[in-house]
Amino acid sequence: MKARFLSALLTAAVIVSGVPSALAAEQTISLYTTREPGLIEPLLTAFTKETGIAVKTMFVKDGLAERVAAEGERSPADVLMTVDFGNLIDLVEKGLTQPVKSSVLESAIPANLRDPNGHWYTLSMRARVLYAEKNLDLDKFQYEQLADPRWKGKVCIRSGQHPYNTALIGAYIVHHGEAATEKWLRGVKANLGRKATGGDRDVARDIMGGICDIGIGNSYYVGLMRSGKGGAEQKKWGEAIKVILPTFEGGGTQVNVSGAAVARHAPNKEGAVKLLEFLVSDAAQKLYAEANFEYPVKPGAPIHPLIAELGTLKVDSIPLTDIARARKTASQLVDKTGFDQ
Amino acid sequence: MSTTAPASARRRVPLRWVGAGAIALLVVAPVLALAFAAAGGSEGLWSHLMQHVLPVAVRDTLILLLGVGLLSTAIGTGAAWLVAAYDFPARRIFDWALLLPLAVPTYIIAYAYLDVLHPVGPVQSALRALLGYESPRDFRLPDVRSMLGCIVLLGFVLYPYVYLAARALFRMQAANFIEAARTLGVTRGQVFFRVALPLARPAVAMGASLVLLETLNDIGASEFLGVRTLTVSVYTTWVTRSDLAGAAQIALAMLAIVVALLLLERWARRQRRYANESRHLRPLAQYRLRGLKAAVASIACGIPVFVGFAVPASYLIVEAIERAQFAGISQQLISEVFNTVTLSAIATVLTVLCALMVAYAARIARRRMDALTRVASLGYAIPGAVLATGILPIVTGLDAAIDSTAQHLFSKSTGLLLLGTGAAVVYAYVVRFLAVSAGSLEAGYARISQSLDGAARTLGATPTAVFWRVHLPLLRPALIAGALLVFVDCVKELPATLLLRPLGFETLSTHLYGEAARGTYEDASIAALLIVAVGLIPVMILLRLSDGPQRTATFSATPAESTR
Repeated sequence: MKARFLSALLTAAVIVSGVPSALAAEQTISLYTTREPGLIEPLLTAFTKETGIAVKTMFVKDGLAERVAAEGERSPADVLMTVDFGNLIDLVEKGLTQPVKSSVLESAIPANLRDPNGHWYTLSMRARVLYAEKNLDLDKFQYEQLADPRWKGKVCIRSGQHPYNTALIGAYIVHHGEAATEKWLRGVKANLGRKATGGDRDVARDIMGGICDIGIGNSYYVGLMRSGKGGAEQKKWGEAIKVILPTFEGGGTQVNVSGAAVARHAPNKEGAVKLLEFLVSDAAQKLYAEANFEYPVKPGAPIHPLIAELGTLKVDSIPLTDIARARKTASQLVDKTGFDQ
Repeated sequence: MSTTAPASARRRVPLRWVGAGAIALLVVAPVLALAFAAAGGSEGLWSHLMQHVLPVAVRDTLILLLGVGLLSTAIGTGAAWLVAAYDFPARRIFDWALLLPLAVPTYIIAYAYLDVLHPVGPVQSALRALLGYESPRDFRLPDVRSMLGCIVLLGFVLYPYVYLAARALFRMQAANFIEAARTLGVTRGQVFFRVALPLARPAVAMGASLVLLETLNDIGASEFLGVRTLTVSVYTTWVTRSDLAGAAQIALAMLAIVVALLLLERWARRQRRYANESRHLRPLAQYRLRGLKAAVASIACGIPVFVGFAVPASYLIVEAIERAQFAGISQQLISEVFNTVTLSAIATVLTVLCALMVAYAARIARRRMDALTRVASLGYAIPGAVLATGILPIVTGLDAAIDSTAQHLFSKSTGLLLLGTGAAVVYAYVVRFLAVSAGSLEAGYARISQSLDGAARTLGATPTAVFWRVHLPLLRPALIAGALLVFVDCVKELPATLLLRPLGFETLSTHLYGEAARGTYEDASIAALLIVAVGLIPVMILLRLSDGPQRTATFSATPAESTR
């Protein structure tokens, strides 16, 4: 009796969860992404409107690579999208992607922002910028200055282990070497006004709250806050800060990218390529700029005025692949210096 | 003395052993998968972890555990005693209200307070207005993002586990001992420390161990409040270094700590026999407080409810209304509620059934089964994300096997059958929360004297009849309490659900997470409010039903005494 009850339950579970997927039988592609759902929705809606292909999205916080690897050949994933370059390279190195040749993609994306073999493609860029208290007498900044003792107790930043920061630290390692980076990290840690935790927008809020005077955050959050899209509260945070595009000594501003790749065992490869091509089209790049306040990857594509007014972006010349390789060391340095403690 | 089965039954292996063994195996499988993953790790990473990450993580984790354990025990036991032994204004309200924080997940309370207590938040703005300061730069309270802040917040949201257990015990079991002590001259004040507290030790120990396990597993609150616990280290090792082996190594180290904790708790409980043999169990008579003492009691009970529930709940309501007016309610919310409730309900039923099998097996052959029970409860100690990573290869392996068999036999591909239907999530929930239900059942069984079994057997009942007709009815409160705790835990669960759910399948917690990942927890306030609301329902029912034992004649040979 117990056994029958149990099997009835399991059958019910199977049916309840299985029916919706059984019904979706027309042209669809499956997107696995670490991109926050709210940001990707408008682009996917536009894609479906234009091509008629439905997109099923699976948002994964961590372990995207693990999930896809575990699913193996049976994985329904068509497109894999990440918001951080290191994660993208991880997918390629784990053999979870397949090369794609497309003249549309090749002409839209500059060569240094895509894989020569066609395994990964950048879709948009974001800069790691300085948020500062709006009345501070400051209009230029270099990342190296974060360790300057004059900022003692005045710096806010999110966790050093967060991918956005390990990318920045990785770039620092490529510029200055491991020993100098360790020294820099210890200096920044000594300057922290509060624990390295939270998000980028918290940096703005904490500056407004007087907990710190400067901090590091991503460029698109500035647009999100100042446009009022995040609500009235966040608009106040955005207006309490001024934003400076910092550079490395002898270099440019550190950028990270959001990118995508076609999955190795993609059931609908054609649809996947169509999605990628759509995402670098003028219409989509405009959406990236307008809806997400990012820097489009397509040269010449318009930038949102709120972002354009921050200044001209001078992208740091270090190849993204070098930064990706330095990430593990960056993460170890964060541990070694006790940055997050 | 444990009952011995008749000779004929001993020749076959009893079903309960097979059942309990299978369940233990299901729990151990992901751990084994983890062990394999850990073994594949690199030497260099392990020594790096040992040197730089583990010492601080272990130290912070132990401090956090100690602090939260002490605070939640103090609050839970103290409040339970006040509510059971005394009568004061609003006592009846506090009786159930003190359970409310159970519905609030740790990640929500952290963010709620960060927002509420932030220098630009409502509390400090009001304070500045009161004191005449203009800007936060002139006057600021210390940051909540600290170890102390984390201890306080977690203590105030996790104490209900201790409160529940202690309250049940004080209500029903303490009367005789306390009245005996009073006749022997112990004052009312001393009664708590000399009689009630020692009596409550096993219940409090069980509640406290649940609190500690919950603290160990939390990642939302400790990560956000800047406390680098072992769980947070596991997460970051796995995510940023993409090193599952390293993460698995830390996870296994965590398991060692948990096993030590559980053994300690076992040892603390071993000294006494706690089954109440009395035949005249009745509720404690309450002493009426007046004047200042009554006010103090009311306030003392009010503070945990205020801090642990009222503040976060009102914050969520305000933010949700604001959000709904600003951006409207998402269409998917209804389907997410349905998904959450279905998944949690199925997992709850399966978990309780498994826990019942394990607890029963432990009951019958106690010493031999102890190891089995310990093993079955291990799942709770493993962080959700790491457990999920252990489960993933197992489930996909099973899926592959089923698929190839289906192809062989029916020439049809079944695809990702288990992973695609949410069975993997249910598996994770069962493994994770088995300990909750098992612990409740164990405490329930502890209250049923072995002599009852003996009496039933001498009256001619088979072991099966003893189970159905003696154990189950007496276990009903424990069964229901366990089931409701498991249900609430399933609704609140986040990391394993994120990793194992089928494509396009969202629950309330994953929806909350999705929006929170942008750093705007306010957007997710509607989902959070729903999680708390759904979590409230079982709490309410639990309270209704926990009054049940008072009304039925249970252990007493005298006619049933109806109370109040």
